[in-house]
Amino acid sequence: MFNKLILAMCCTFALTIVYGQPTESVMESNGKIYVVMAVVVTIVLALFGYVYSIDKKLNKLEKE
Amino acid sequence: MMKQSWWKWLAFIFLMYTCIAGFLVKVPEPPGVPLKESIRNFFFHVPMWFSMMILLGVSFWYSILALNKKHPYADFYAHVYAQTGVLFGCAGIATGAIWANYQWGSPWSGDPKQNGAAIAILIYLAYFVLRGAITDIDKRGKVAAVYNIFAFFMLFPTLWILPRLTTSLHPGGQGSEGNPALNGADMTPTLRMVFYPAVIGWTLLGTWISTLFIRVKILQEKKLSNV
Repeated sequence: MFNKLILAMCCTFALTIVYGQPTESVMESNGKIYVVMAVVVTIVLALFGYVYSIDKKLNKLEKE
Repeated sequence: MMKQSWWKWLAFIFLMYTCIAGFLVKVPEPPGVPLKESIRNFFFHVPMWFSMMILLGVSFWYSILALNKKHPYADFYAHVYAQTGVLFGCAGIATGAIWANYQWGSPWSGDPKQNGAAIAILIYLAYFVLRGAITDIDKRGKVAAVYNIFAFFMLFPTLWILPRLTTSLHPGGQGSEGNPALNGADMTPTLRMVFYPAVIGWTLLGTWISTLFIRVKILQEKKLSNV
């Protein structure tokens, strides 16, 4: 529980850094391609989080 | 915690690296090649096919083990790895169609490599139908393994040999008319540095997903035998 809280806080912190920049930030440069990069990274992160959680659940089932 | 986790972390690191470096690295822009930034698809579309071939190769290997009776769950392994491989193949066809739409003018131009990939996937779909149609477990294991070995050997002509014998829109075809995309000689070290980690990352992720399915199947099997 505590770990999850810390993780959530870190994510929020990272997001504020990324999105809280002034308008001529890195995210706006090069035709906003880094926005696409952020989207792709988010999707792959979610995919890995999902597979990881399935793996953990299966581990629990196997131990029973 | 996860089971045998180091290579799962490796998959994560490699794919994160691909998704970040794939957008950041400078790509070559040889004169006369109209790919522009879309060459970055090379980091995402092509690894689908490489991972598919590796996963189907693993499936083929387990089919041989199934026929040799060296492994109690070899038939499960072969089936699940073939499923994940075909999933990657479908992703490859879909991403290729998107890329082709903007590069060659239409999502499907009957390119020999496109047709070959479609035939290869259809052959594997027939494997799932065949395996699903047999209820007797021993018979199913044998017939499915024999068919899977046959299917794997159809990959070579459909993906590697036939497209090279005619002119193709893909790089590497005879004469390479239409669109001289980046072929082996045009691959710069930067392209390689993103491409190979991507192949390893996707293959490991495919393996991870496959092992999850296998573990579910083995659990079901144990539950059935306990009843």
